[in-house]
Amino acid sequence: MNLFQEAALVAGKDLRIEARARVISQQILPFGLIVLLLFAFALDPDRGVLQRTAPGLFWVTVLLACLLGVSRSFTVEADNGARDGLRLSDLDGSSIFLGKAIALAVELLVFEALLTVGVVVLFDVHLASLLPLALGTVAATVGLAATGTLYGVLAAGIRARETLVPVLLLPVVAPVLLGATRAWEASIDGVPGDAWPWVALLAIFAVLFVGIGMLAFGPLLEES
Amino acid sequence: MPLVVRLRSAVCLLGRFPALAGVDLDVAPGETVLLSGGNGAGKTTLLRMVAGLLPLHQGEGEVLGTDLTRDRRSHRRRIGFVGQETFCYDDLTVRENLRFATRAAGGNTASADAALEGLELGRLADVRHGRLSTGQRRRLALAISFAREPELFLLDEPHAGLDAPGRAYLDAALARASGEGRSVLIASHELELVRPVVTREVVLTNGQAHGAIEDPPSPPPVSPADKALEPTP
Repeated sequence: MNLFQEAALVAGKDLRIEARARVISQQILPFGLIVLLLFAFALDPDRGVLQRTAPGLFWVTVLLACLLGVSRSFTVEADNGARDGLRLSDLDGSSIFLGKAIALAVELLVFEALLTVGVVVLFDVHLASLLPLALGTVAATVGLAATGTLYGVLAAGIRARETLVPVLLLPVVAPVLLGATRAWEASIDGVPGDAWPWVALLAIFAVLFVGIGMLAFGPLLEES
Repeated sequence: MPLVVRLRSAVCLLGRFPALAGVDLDVAPGETVLLSGGNGAGKTTLLRMVAGLLPLHQGEGEVLGTDLTRDRRSHRRRIGFVGQETFCYDDLTVRENLRFATRAAGGNTASADAALEGLELGRLADVRHGRLSTGQRRRLALAISFAREPELFLLDEPHAGLDAPGRAYLDAALARASGEGRSVLIASHELELVRPVVTREVVLTNGQAHGAIEDPPSPPPVSPADKALEPTP
């Protein structure tokens, strides 16, 4: 198998597990909608504030969901010694990283699509420029998935990983929060020209962390 | 013929504790070796180190031609490791776990399906791993190991949790593997079950092995007829 076939094997495995366990649909999605509702309750007196802050609230919610997704992705590898099973396989560390990151990205994209509907309905937001918004979302999601997978394996062998991953991950993905929020704001305001530099920043971040992840995941998995 | 496992003064630390404190061990092709010893003697650590899951901190180690001090990965796909855990995913079915593990080890689904039937797991093929009993999980772990068609089996308490037919299958499979020139290293407390199927026993005590290296086989006796054929100086 080549790199992409191996990545597809791992991604397929992770997505099948999530489809069966329904953690995304039954736990993470309701969590995201509850967070949106709480923001709506907190800022309800001023509808304009909700609309102005919707992009930031959306991406903060996505970040929190990403933390849950990363935790889930490596919990399944901790059960029954499955991580040792991966180490004993013939799979390259790069392809395991790509597979796990792809699965996490797909899960996040599904989550974001449903959350977008929630934002539009609850916050009365109109999405004016869809192309930069969609590309920015995809680039931000790839960056989040790559970074989350990298830091997930970094903390995989540590007993306090549940609390360590947010502490390590959130500062690193701050540029994603900033870039994605700005890209969404520009898209909502109907000024796509202002969105593209942020989309480019998100793309660079994604490429950078996919590259780092492919190089570092194998050795980190060995030490986990 | 080169040894399948060759350890000299092998040290493996778990934290600061020397779980293996200078082990010498040889395993030849086709040999089935029993590792016995009390709890904490280092049996599981030895198997995990040979599999490359734990580092060799000191000494020499060569497994299937791979120098463990330089490379802990290259030989893994040629190993069938059955540990105390199954390495499986609770939300995947027996068939899915078996196929994933086999394909991830470079095998194909045909050998996975053959192992499924071999260990009589066919009726459980669509049952999720999380719903299996301990014995059924053990069978699945063995099936995954056999499906990889390894050159070296590393088995940690392989009989634990197996019923009589499962044990009989395992013993027959090990005998067949040995006959095919594959080597087997078994760690077990169930000595009366394992001794009949092994060629040699190594006792581990406090991280050290006893009886680990056999004397080289003596040359066959030379008959008078052979002597007569020897060239005269």
